Amino acid sequence: MKILIKSGRVVDPANKLDKKLDILVVDGKIAELAANIDPGNAEVINAAGLIVTPGLVDMHTHLRDPGYEYKEDIISGTRAAAAGGVTSLACMPNTSPVNDSLAVTQYIITKAKEQGSANVFPIGSITKGMNGELLAEMGELKEGGCVGFSDDGLPVINGEMMRRGLEYANTFGVPIFTHAEDLSLVAGGSMNEGSVSTELGLKGIPWVAEDAVTARDIMLAELTGAHLHVCHVSTKGSVELVRHAKARGVRVTCEATPHHFMLTDEAVRGYNANFKMNPPLRTQEDVDAVRAGLADGTIDAIATDHAPHHIDEKNVEFAIAMNGVVGLETLLPLTLKLVAEKVLDLSKAIALLTCQPAEILGIDRGTLAVGAVADITLINPNKEWTVEADKLHSKSKNTSFDGQTMRGYAVRTILAGKTVFER
Amino acid sequence: MATETIEILDTDGVNRALTRIAHEILEHNKGVEDLVLIGIRTGGAYLASQLQQVISAIEGVKVPLGIIDVTMYRDDLCSRSDLAVGQTDIPFRLRDQKIVLVDDVLFTGRTIRAAMGAVMDLGRPQNIQLAILIDRGHRELPIRPDYIGRNLPTARNEQIKVDFDDLNTAQAVHLLRN
Amino acid sequence: MSFNPKHILGIKDLSTDEINFILDTADSFKEINTRQIKKVPTLRGKTVVNLFYEASTRTRTSFEIAGKRLSADTVNISASGSSVAKGETLEDTAKNIQAMHPDIIVMRHGASGACQYLAERLDCSVINAGDGMHEHPSQALLDAFTIRQHKGSIEGLTVAIVGDITHSRVVRSDIYCLSKLGAKVRLAGPGTMLPPGIEKLGCEVFNNLEDAIRDADVVMMLRIQRERQGTPLIPSVREYARFFGLNGNKMDLAKKDAIVMHPGPINRGVELGTAIADGPQNVILNQVENGVAVRMALLYLVAGGEKLQEDC
Ligand SMILES: [Zn+2]
Ligand SMILES: [Zn+2]
Repeated sequence: MKILIKSGRVVDPANKLDKKLDILVVDGKIAELAANIDPGNAEVINAAGLIVTPGLVDMHTHLRDPGYEYKEDIISGTRAAAAGGVTSLACMPNTSPVNDSLAVTQYIITKAKEQGSANVFPIGSITKGMNGELLAEMGELKEGGCVGFSDDGLPVINGEMMRRGLEYANTFGVPIFTHAEDLSLVAGGSMNEGSVSTELGLKGIPWVAEDAVTARDIMLAELTGAHLHVCHVSTKGSVELVRHAKARGVRVTCEATPHHFMLTDEAVRGYNANFKMNPPLRTQEDVDAVRAGLADGTIDAIATDHAPHHIDEKNVEFAIAMNGVVGLETLLPLTLKLVAEKVLDLSKAIALLTCQPAEILGIDRGTLAVGAVADITLINPNKEWTVEADKLHSKSKNTSFDGQTMRGYAVRTILAGKTVFER
Repeated sequence: MATETIEILDTDGVNRALTRIAHEILEHNKGVEDLVLIGIRTGGAYLASQLQQVISAIEGVKVPLGIIDVTMYRDDLCSRSDLAVGQTDIPFRLRDQKIVLVDDVLFTGRTIRAAMGAVMDLGRPQNIQLAILIDRGHRELPIRPDYIGRNLPTARNEQIKVDFDDLNTAQAVHLLRN
Repeated sequence: MSFNPKHILGIKDLSTDEINFILDTADSFKEINTRQIKKVPTLRGKTVVNLFYEASTRTRTSFEIAGKRLSADTVNISASGSSVAKGETLEDTAKNIQAMHPDIIVMRHGASGACQYLAERLDCSVINAGDGMHEHPSQALLDAFTIRQHKGSIEGLTVAIVGDITHSRVVRSDIYCLSKLGAKVRLAGPGTMLPPGIEKLGCEVFNNLEDAIRDADVVMMLRIQRERQGTPLIPSVREYARFFGLNGNKMDLAKKDAIVMHPGPINRGVELGTAIADGPQNVILNQVENGVAVRMALLYLVAGGEKLQEDC
């Protein structure tokens, strides 16, 4: 089984590549990269005018399976991933039951392998049942395929528990993903605290709720020497905290979501719950700081925090609507927008979507090196299209970008040499 | 479209009409006892005030004068573009009074119906009479004026305009034809 | 000018002319309330549903009387709860009511934005009778109406509002309304009751009552919620009254002819000392009286006129 991807602009930051090359895939692996490879008996895919990158890696999603299949499942979630050019994703453990056992981990991996359209790497919970009281069996979970641990959706409230989580995860060489949030400061808030929340009469969530726990967890990483990954940094302060920690050698990485670098709390005017997420949309100052963090390497990955919710959970009063938005199918164009706006160059942008998250997750993806699994995304960077919530592949339609014009999308997504999505 | 304007009454004509109406009112009511004037906002209110002066000049008595706004009693709530509501100002009792409703132009009769409803809500008068400067026809309700300044058959799409000066004194009446 | 709104959701979206038009309309309706027969046929055949998710005898009664004086058929529905967990959603309830073909829904709801939510989903008109901490337009309009009645004009006046600014929808609407009409609005309260960025709505913020009411033409006191959920905002009602209650001779700081307002119901001895609550400067009962006229005007204006894509 041979495929030849011909004449594309190959952008593979892992191998510092950005040039027009042909890629030969044999039996699901990258066999050769060169100019003008003789097709022989290979199936030829013409990639002229397209950008060819390693399959994108989204290190933060919620697939809702098992337990909340009415919102999303592994089949629909990975289909949305493939449509967005994403070939590998990590999924958070806040399912029902929580992914705190080998059984759940194996269920996810098996279902994804058998019925999915993307590689799924489960993240196990730090504490059993995500209730913050007892450590989950991280050793066995890691053996079973978990790539990291998180109680995402909830913070680990108890500082000592977080410390133990870091120390214990470090034993097995995997990171802890922190959802940094001080619930006592959130205190029932439903959007960013500021002049917009005051005007709308919605209880605000101050930036301190995020920064305080980010600071605590960074210090705990410093104390324990463990690898801390900060999920969805959204404030100027969090970016600054990570930047300083990196400078003094703390093992900390972090990610940012497209909605946090594209939207501000102004979007909440109108009370549309598709602009309600956690952390909430912040101010322009924060958006600028997140973009600066992406540009200077403080932020290591762009991840969606893809959080599908049923229409009934969103079509309610803003204050009681559920947090979160889907993102897999808009990840790529929104990242390319940063390139168009000259925040990032293309190679840096692709690194944030491929090799950098892959490295944090410790997975052998995000590269087009010879011998690597042939997960490849073909991108038309210039195609303009309009997001139509109803047409998303995800079961849930809670996008912040409905009706928005996007530029660029994946035209073909290849998973281990097999096309899983094409348009 | 050019609008053709035809003068129907000049200032003297208006005054003559009002004087005649005043005499007819006094004659019909045998004087001013229990007589009150109620003008319909806004043209009718101005004319009622003028009538009050004319009656005073004839009879030496100032009959009570009230102003009524009929907006709240109109039957076209949902098709109006202007929703402004004027004030009703009737500083006296209406019970057992002889009321002369005054308006500038009588057309479909709907305004008068509304005005009668409004008056009746404020008290039970002895009777209600109607004084009109111009009756242009096209009645949609069984309403008939008691005192008419001028009968003027018109086409439906024509307009009657009563001009008032700064002191709200009627100066002339014009017919506007498209 | 005429004003022909489909909904009244907040003051923020209204222009100065539109606010004045509402106040002028209310002026005309006010006369009805002094008649022997307090009823006009204006809204005959119209159905007004008062959908109240929070108990509020005053506002609901005021809207109910307003509707009845205009000959509308008014129906009161008290609903409770507003979460998915409790079963029927706001949209379900609204659609149920819509199926009965009301012309106007007057809604009070604990969630900010709930009235806008309803207006976006239903065909009938929606009047916001208070949504969460967002807006309470009819209260602000009756406040403006009352000030205008006592002061002639609002332009150039200084209005001090004291109390729990954070949790008050009345304040937000009052700031928009009074500043659009040309008043200077000052706010005062303890730091725990002053929300961030409130000055962007068009007002000045003070940390003490005295500075706020100095030379003010109007002093508006807000009701203090004695029991609140969450972390307490004040150590005690006693201390609050001492620093932020309008009592003793504090009113001497305001202009001699200043008036005292309160959206009610008052806590005697807390935000208002009894001498002031019963004093000549107090116009609280005027506010209540004017509330009916203002609400008549709102019902009339949303019911009347040709509305887009609707036949009535
Ligand atoms: Zn999270
Ligand atoms: Zn998440």
